[in-house]
Amino acid sequence: MAIETQPEKAQEPGGRGPGAPRPGRPWWMRPAIHTGIIGGVIGYLVGHWLGNLIASGYTQVQNSGMNNYAIILGYVLGTVGWLAGLGIFNDLLRQMAGRPVPAGEEETEASSGLARYFRYSLDHKVVGIQYLVGMIGYFLTGGLLAMAIRTELLSPSYHVFSASTYIAIVGEHGTMMIMMISSLILGPFGNYLVPLLIGSKRMAFPRLEALSFWLTPAAYIVLLSGLMFGGFPFGWTGYAPLSVQATQGADSYAVAFGLMGLSLILLGFNIIVTVICYRAPGMRWSRLPIFVWAMLSTAFLMVLAAPVLVGAMYMMIADRTVQTAFFTDSLGGSSYLWQNLFWFFGHPEVYILALPGFGIVSEIIPVFCRKPLFGYRVAAAGMIGVTLLSFFVWQHHLFDSGINPDMRPVFMLTTELISIPTGFIFLVALGTFWKAKIRFTVPMLFALGFYFNFLIGGISGVFLSDVPADTTEHGTFFVMAHFHYTIMGGLVFAFMAGVYYWLPKMMGIKLNQTLGKWHFWTMFIFFNATFLPLFAVGMAGQPRRVYEYARNLTTLNDWVSISSFLLGVSILIFLVNFVYSTVIARVREEGNPWRSRGLEWQVPSPPPPGNFARVPVVISGPYEYGVKDAPPMADLDPPLGVLSRAYSDTVTEGAEA
Amino acid sequence: MATTEAPARAEAERREPNHGLRIFLIWLPAALAADLIIWFVWGPHMPPGDQSSTAASQQNDINVMAIMAAPVMAFVLVYAGYALIVWRHREGDDEDGPPIHGNSRISATWIGVTSAIVLGLFVFGTVELVVPAGAGAGEGNTPIWRPSGGTPLQVQVIAQQWRFAYRYPQFGGFETTSLVLPVGQNVQFNVTSLDVIHSFWPYQLGVKADANPGVNNVAYTEPQHTGTFTVRCAELCGIWHADMTTTGQVMSVSAFRAWAAATRVQLAALTKILPPYALTYDPNLVPQLGKAFHQAGLSGAGGNYYGSQYPVQP
Amino acid sequence: MSLPARVTVLTVAFLAVVGGAIFVVIHYLLGGPLTVNFTANASGQVNMIMQSDASSDPQADPVNPTWVSYYIKSPTSGAWVHTTLFQVPAHTRVNVTILGYDGATPVRNQLWSRVTGTIGGVAYYTGKPVTLLNGWNGDPNFNIQHTFAIPGINLSVPVQAGPGTCLTGPCTNKQHSTTTFSFMTPAQTGTYRWQCFVPCGLDFLNGNGGPMQTFGYMMGNMQVVS
Repeated sequence: MAIETQPEKAQEPGGRGPGAPRPGRPWWMRPAIHTGIIGGVIGYLVGHWLGNLIASGYTQVQNSGMNNYAIILGYVLGTVGWLAGLGIFNDLLRQMAGRPVPAGEEETEASSGLARYFRYSLDHKVVGIQYLVGMIGYFLTGGLLAMAIRTELLSPSYHVFSASTYIAIVGEHGTMMIMMISSLILGPFGNYLVPLLIGSKRMAFPRLEALSFWLTPAAYIVLLSGLMFGGFPFGWTGYAPLSVQATQGADSYAVAFGLMGLSLILLGFNIIVTVICYRAPGMRWSRLPIFVWAMLSTAFLMVLAAPVLVGAMYMMIADRTVQTAFFTDSLGGSSYLWQNLFWFFGHPEVYILALPGFGIVSEIIPVFCRKPLFGYRVAAAGMIGVTLLSFFVWQHHLFDSGINPDMRPVFMLTTELISIPTGFIFLVALGTFWKAKIRFTVPMLFALGFYFNFLIGGISGVFLSDVPADTTEHGTFFVMAHFHYTIMGGLVFAFMAGVYYWLPKMMGIKLNQTLGKWHFWTMFIFFNATFLPLFAVGMAGQPRRVYEYARNLTTLNDWVSISSFLLGVSILIFLVNFVYSTVIARVREEGNPWRSRGLEWQVPSPPPPGNFARVPVVISGPYEYGVKDAPPMADLDPPLGVLSRAYSDTVTEGAEA
Repeated sequence: MATTEAPARAEAERREPNHGLRIFLIWLPAALAADLIIWFVWGPHMPPGDQSSTAASQQNDINVMAIMAAPVMAFVLVYAGYALIVWRHREGDDEDGPPIHGNSRISATWIGVTSAIVLGLFVFGTVELVVPAGAGAGEGNTPIWRPSGGTPLQVQVIAQQWRFAYRYPQFGGFETTSLVLPVGQNVQFNVTSLDVIHSFWPYQLGVKADANPGVNNVAYTEPQHTGTFTVRCAELCGIWHADMTTTGQVMSVSAFRAWAAATRVQLAALTKILPPYALTYDPNLVPQLGKAFHQAGLSGAGGNYYGSQYPVQP
Repeated sequence: MSLPARVTVLTVAFLAVVGGAIFVVIHYLLGGPLTVNFTANASGQVNMIMQSDASSDPQADPVNPTWVSYYIKSPTSGAWVHTTLFQVPAHTRVNVTILGYDGATPVRNQLWSRVTGTIGGVAYYTGKPVTLLNGWNGDPNFNIQHTFAIPGINLSVPVQAGPGTCLTGPCTNKQHSTTTFSFMTPAQTGTYRWQCFVPCGLDFLNGNGGPMQTFGYMMGNMQVVS
């Protein structure tokens, strides 16, 4: 008797089984932001109820009047509900149930136009634009909070906000900025451009990439909701035991930062695997655009450092809820534990903020100097060097805290050493300027602004790395000025350069160049007017995060506050330009307005789904300006058989004719 | 024609100015001027002043670093300025620039020079850290850089939310909210906290030491001039962090002794009920306070946070 | 989407964002408890009466009824106001009476057992002048429930522990301690913070969280006006 069998069908990687056509559904029934919000609200209510069920009988909860369990469970389940409402778990649940999972392209083509930006999308270009809009929104929120801080600091004696509100605003501003802006460049530009720059049709893990984006609005809302609880009084650094002592606002801080840490890990992981595994044939490491080197280095930092942050936040939550004593000295813990854990993450974090800026400006200046990037290997080595060394310098935040004294020369050495690879960026830039033909387009102006600002920021970092000088400078506005110069003067200026440079590619729309030049000059002048005097303010003895200060510093603080309001106006110019150009004017920009050799400019603007019709073969480097008869970077239509020779087991290319 | 091209090219190369030399000649006077202004004009007024040995050493430190930083910054700015003016794009010129991919000599020189500067600063910084006994920074509870010449004046700084208190163990251990120091004598600050992390920062004395609960953080200095100084808290410790200020005084040795004796007498009743002088004050370990908390049914960690069965020593 | 549609959506979104920001600023950032204004009486002095309670009646304080709190008696209406903000004229003698309705809590640093900054250097506990009220002497009860301190003028006065503990503030019964003292307000106008130095925030780490860091409970501002 013959046993009837059916042939085994291989499960295609990515979970693609025999797909059934999806029935069309109206837009409000398909998962998108609105279902996400509903899910989030339901999740929060369930979590809050659960927390009350568990903990409302505890003495600690009753006496202190705060139920941290309810708040934290509410936030966590609210985030899960938000993600579930967006449909993020749908594919996973389908696979677990053995049902077919729709293929990637069908999903993206099913929603067209504006609607797909409000959904969970597997197209890295859609995620890039979502990140771009999200990041601009988060940045503007942090900026408004900064305006509030400077309003309070106009007078040392008249108080616009009460002391508790002020310190809550300071904490929200700092956390919002650092937390959200960690992905300022990797999110929009990393996700959008890395596949285009390496000649790939897709990202390695599109679901993780989309998840990393959708965690950010959750983190944003969780963080802002802390204001409803009165905020948190410990700034973005969250030092214990103060953070264990604080009221409910601290829970928003811990959960928001934890969520953002998860987002960073996923974002970085995806980029690492994509760059390593999805490069087109011919895209050797020596032809990789410097921007991708920066993305790769930053991604490694994210993947290695963010887990420590998530762990530290978890320990803080445990101290605040289940009465562990990680950070309580009298019961065997240590206040130093938090400091070390936090800064072990915190220092790589600031290089997560700085490296993408290096990548963008190094990518942009060859285009507008019409010269190859000088010292490409030096630049790449600089980024790798910064990445490696950044794990060895964190105790320079703890020089005065009472750490073992012989650690201090060690960390002074490593901190001084890290300025060497950082300096490579300047070597590369100055070399690229040599005998160039420099065009002062808006992206180039922002890149030049980056170099100016980062010079000041970087040199002030050397002042801080010197332990004796740090005795006076630590915890003052000098530190504030240093990191605002490197992060805002560096990263944000580079972000603006990237927006003006790549928006024609990403949206096929030109930003108004006149407004762009107004934006640059006002932002550059008022940025320096705001932050340069802060070095003096710090050296004159004003500590950080204070709402009152010595009367003799009133004039300086007033100058800084007024400049900061004008800086806000310049950001407003950017916002007006961005919104007007993308929503109202929509001037089409096709082709290659900057005459760049980059691979991303060889495809139409905006690129079609799948980026390239066929996987390109890369035949030349990206910076071959001035080289006679240099071929374009890639052959988008390679002859048949070229790819099959590269991938010997691929059947799709067919036999050679 | 080959014969007319070669002289034309050579002519062009001869007419090409020596950019490197020009940049150097612009940079040199700028860097020198900057350094001279920093050393002679700005230097004597550089923060944090010279009211103490550590402050004076930091002032010197910052001067030296500014002098090293100014030529570096001047070089980058002069070079960039020169480049943006001389090598800017001229209208109608659509050619690309020369295809210079790199220059290993230039790169090696840059790396060598920056490494030398940075390592030199490291050696300088370490020397300055060791020389005035720890440069006023908190050295933890086992300081390795101590001033010579016998036991310094001991001043314990007790930080709590939100005011500093000071104890003088060598004068009977009285505790006061005033900070008074004698001029010309080494002072040892023993900084500790009773609750969260604070930071003791007498600005004009060039000292900064974090106050951690249960930990003694030692910092040294030697006041050199009489006068007042401001103590601020330099680590965010809660809502009144900005208001944890003390105005301290440096007086002559005899005036200090008189003050200490008078205050000792004035505060005698208070000193009798204070716990014995110790380097840290864990409420579990201070007998009276531990007993008091226990009797009140609270835990030593304060506020009954851990429940009345604590402290249970791990 | 057509141009007019885009402009409309943009305008609506912009107004929503601006409206939201203004709402957040007004509702969460500005605002706080009321300020009780004191003016000098006929003899050029200010009389201020406060009470400290172990917790409040949920009717009086719906937000944090379990928190220990000070109340200030309004000079005009005589009602107890749940605030810690008060305003006094400069260079004026202020006579303070604090009715202590809370039980005892050991003060963390005995320094604050000492009375400083008052006129005469003493405080009166049920009429008896005292300069040092030992906070740890557990015989028969601990002696201090809270302190009232204005560090800017070096004022620090312990509030004596009460005979009972009243949990439904503001309290009106006779089971309280009476602490009386006087101080001169400074000549320099401005905002002077005041706080309690006893870690009395129950179930907060170190006792210094919650009510100790929130306006309207155990810390506040003294506004000195000319």
